[in-house]
Amino acid sequence: MFYREAGQYKATYEADSAKFPIFQDKLFIWAYLAIGFIAVPFFGNEFFLGAIMIPFLVFTLAAIGLNILTGFTGQISLGTGAFMGVGAYACYKMTLAYPDVNILIFIFASGIFSAIVGMFFGLPSLRIKGFYLVVTTLAAQFFLEWAFIRIPWLYNYNDSGAIEVPQREAFGIIVTGASASAEVRYIICLAVVVIMTWFASNIISGRIGRSWMMIRDMDIAAELMGVRPLYAKLSAFAVSSFYCGVAGALMVFMWLGAAEVESFDYNHSFEVLFMVILGGLGSLLGCFLGAAVIWILPVMIRDWLPPIVDAITPFTINSSQADLVSDIIIGVMIVVFLIMEPLGLARLWAIIKQKLRVWPFPY
Amino acid sequence: MELLRQIFIEPFETMIALPDLLLQTLWEGFVSGTLYSLIALGFVLIFKASGVFNFAQGIMVVFAALALVGIHALGVPAYIAVLLTLGVMALLAFTIVRVVLKPLVNQPEIILFMSTIGITFILIAGGQLIFGGEPKAMITTELGLPTGSSDWEVGGGIVIFQHIDIAAALIAALLIAGLALFFNKTKTGRALRAVADDHQAALSVGISLEYIWVVVWFAAGVVALTAGILWAAKSDVSFALQVVALKALPVLVLGGFTSIPGAIVGGLIIGFGEKLFDLYWGSPILGGGTESWFAFIIALIFLLYRPEGLFGEKLIERI
Repeated sequence: MFYREAGQYKATYEADSAKFPIFQDKLFIWAYLAIGFIAVPFFGNEFFLGAIMIPFLVFTLAAIGLNILTGFTGQISLGTGAFMGVGAYACYKMTLAYPDVNILIFIFASGIFSAIVGMFFGLPSLRIKGFYLVVTTLAAQFFLEWAFIRIPWLYNYNDSGAIEVPQREAFGIIVTGASASAEVRYIICLAVVVIMTWFASNIISGRIGRSWMMIRDMDIAAELMGVRPLYAKLSAFAVSSFYCGVAGALMVFMWLGAAEVESFDYNHSFEVLFMVILGGLGSLLGCFLGAAVIWILPVMIRDWLPPIVDAITPFTINSSQADLVSDIIIGVMIVVFLIMEPLGLARLWAIIKQKLRVWPFPY
Repeated sequence: MELLRQIFIEPFETMIALPDLLLQTLWEGFVSGTLYSLIALGFVLIFKASGVFNFAQGIMVVFAALALVGIHALGVPAYIAVLLTLGVMALLAFTIVRVVLKPLVNQPEIILFMSTIGITFILIAGGQLIFGGEPKAMITTELGLPTGSSDWEVGGGIVIFQHIDIAAALIAALLIAGLALFFNKTKTGRALRAVADDHQAALSVGISLEYIWVVVWFAAGVVALTAGILWAAKSDVSFALQVVALKALPVLVLGGFTSIPGAIVGGLIIGFGEKLFDLYWGSPILGGGTESWFAFIIALIFLLYRPEGLFGEKLIERI
């Protein structure tokens, strides 16, 4: 009805290859941005921003990172948590060494460290693929977890072994530490995610992204057509780890405030992988949808399930059991989506849009 | 210079000076190696027969042990509890094959792999929901497994052999021998090998793939139960075992994904290697705790030089 592209003619090549060719899509994007930047911080309370929106944005960024590697390049990775850790520890060490520099610069710079580590552990991907790569990325995960415990220089020789985020300012506003307000932290996270999503979408539709997808679809054919696997794979590992590193730095500096090794353990790698599978392999929109489902669903179940069970059944369950229930639901959703719709929520969204376009006709 | 000395000379000096310590470490390495082999064996069985890389094998070990302890806690005698647990594993095998794998036939391997990660998640949360998350003691004495230890004096010191470790090695050897017999002498076993060789040829001579898959997942369940009992008898039944079980992955890389002897040899190499490395190199130079990653780093290095593993089928595929 209102979602029609009739009458929208494309007169130039630029208009034809635009990211959002339909006028309504452009309108929606601006509306989403307005809601995200203005309405959410204006109406959201401390809990909503700090416990739901900020983690959602952090995990979205990590999911974009993993999706670049798994969804666009076809290299599966279980080391996401560790790469996030590299970013967090790098950011911590840099801001301790140079306290006066704008923290946002360090958040982006920490991604570079993560990218270097990621490229190193991505080297085996030049000889192997598939399941074997799972082993090498798990090697990264366990080795880096060990390093975060055993190298005291990384956490500045603290007795607790944890990293505590110091108070830092950017543009004269306190953005990290205990006294930073949730609104400021949320706006920064959102800005970083929006910028990096825009960047990712441009990389993906450019030459580099196309070479990644060629490697994913058929590596031998890609090589014959002049794609160098060395550059394509290592650049995918680098960009992916860069995103994970920035996500890790945001996670510690904007969300948790303090972190130990447990914040980067392999459960997080799984969580991010699930977001990518559920949201849709090879889709940026899917990263947002997957992160929303996997982060917000457990929060909702934890709050709502115990009272419902109390009310309608003779049993009672506590919140940790509710967490287990949400884990089971997520596991079942993974299996069901792999069977029914391997391309995830993003694909469902595309189907809905297609239906809207041709409504009321079936096709 | 000091570092070189620490790497190349001191460990060997310690080995010669304290032979009992060396023997003790080797024995411990052997014992944990057998258990890695058992877990890896479960992976290989399923991978050979259905081409599924079963990430859930580690949690199946925990789940089997938990089910056994849980059923025993209901007041069922130990041996009947083992039988009932086998029933649970058979049911699990049937459900996984029917509900998950059958609809995913002909999908890319990576999709099947991810579905087993989903299964892992369901089993972890389901196991905690049913049996509780806290560590439990394994019913070692009720099952008739020996406890206690013997000492052996050597080179001025003593080496301690826990009886449960000796029993574990024997049981593992028996299980492997039993599986070998099953594969070579029974009709189902031959059908399994046929499926492992060529799915389509096996189908064309009338072997039911679904039946074979259920059998092979059940066999992996039996292996998982054995590994779970033996491992938990040494420590406790807890979900921490699942992280240990991930070490079966480097074992597979070393041994090759499709080779049963490879799984055994690879498990032993990893078992010996990580204990020796941690004692003689890891603790003095790197500050200890290297067992968590040693196996994976070895696998990573191995993959760069011999991706097909020690005994695996050579894949003629350039990347």
